[in-house]
Amino acid sequence: MSPGTFVQLTGPNGSGKTSLLRILCGLLAPAEGEVTWQGANIRSLGEEYFTSVTYLGHRHGVKDELSAVENLRISNALNGIAVSKDRARAVLQQMGLAGRELLPARLLSEGQRRRVALARLLVCNTKLWLLDEVMTSLDKGAVALVRSLIENHLANGGIAIVATHQELEVPAPQTKRLELAT
Amino acid sequence: MLRWIVERDLMLAWRRRADMLSTVFFFVIVVSLFPLGIGPETQLLRTIAPGVVWVAALLASMLSLGRLFANDYHDGTLEQLLLTPQPLFLVVLGKTLAHWIVAEVPLVLVAPLVGVQFDLSRETLWILFASLLLGTPVLSLIGSVGAALTLGLRGGGVLISLLVLPLYIPALIFGAGAVEASIMGTSPAPHIYLLGAFAIVSLLFSPWATAAALRISLE
Repeated sequence: MSPGTFVQLTGPNGSGKTSLLRILCGLLAPAEGEVTWQGANIRSLGEEYFTSVTYLGHRHGVKDELSAVENLRISNALNGIAVSKDRARAVLQQMGLAGRELLPARLLSEGQRRRVALARLLVCNTKLWLLDEVMTSLDKGAVALVRSLIENHLANGGIAIVATHQELEVPAPQTKRLELAT
Repeated sequence: MLRWIVERDLMLAWRRRADMLSTVFFFVIVVSLFPLGIGPETQLLRTIAPGVVWVAALLASMLSLGRLFANDYHDGTLEQLLLTPQPLFLVVLGKTLAHWIVAEVPLVLVAPLVGVQFDLSRETLWILFASLLLGTPVLSLIGSVGAALTLGLRGGGVLISLLVLPLYIPALIFGAGAVEASIMGTSPAPHIYLLGAFAIVSLLFSPWATAAALRISLE
């Protein structure tokens, strides 16, 4: 897969979209075959591989007890990226969460929590994005925002693999469509 | 990196203080039930004190172990932790350390106070404190392996006790043994040394075992 590739994964429920993404990010071991990144098996790359991958799953990984700013700062700090408070606020405002940055995430709606999770995409500097059904419970504005994020990422030579039921038109140097069957 | 994980878990624990307090209260109440049930027979109380306090500490730590990874597992942050570019055993070590601070250190601190009910001398109370200080990290470390193995299972709470409590036995024997030796007037040092050795061994091995168990549980 070359830089700038956009892959849209589709398929009925239970066809293995999530499993495929989890295999690609190394959470799940493939039953056969291997996943390689820049010529090396991701199993042997180990932690090094994770510096180039961002995975956002069904469960968005947002802590209910923490505020949006804290969620963003901590998840990035654990990935080795220091995010200042001001930067975190700016990013969250860009995600349409102005005025709600300091509320505990449990007070946010499902869509807003999803936005907090997606804010990571604005901060991370990884090459490969694996997004699993990230559009669920997002409103139209947010979907457009995600689309523009992916577009930017691809224009900068990134790769995005997105599992979704919705049609997602992203102008990309190279678009692939992978339909999984049960 | 380790600092961030510890800080994160401590912050989360602080926002859920009730969980932390329930463990301490459980410990205090269980230990206090014995003197109340047995009555003011100081000789008998002194004899059973080491075992009672230690067993109560083991049971109290069971209460909090289930939450060690479960909360992170349910909201998806555990997946994200597995995908961070750092050795998983460090993540595990950080979470275990935070668990020890949140769930075990309060027990260690109140133990000398509840120990007074058993008519223990000041010196023995110090030994009780020291033995728990050295022994409770073992509970967190070994417990983390059980917590990782039972992650996401139905009825994991019972299973974790069955898995982990037998592994706590050496810590119980040496920990309670140290206090008992102090009551008998002999030197508690050998017990304390053995307890320390056990703590070091579990520090060396359990983070790796927990990391491996987490990978399996999340597959």
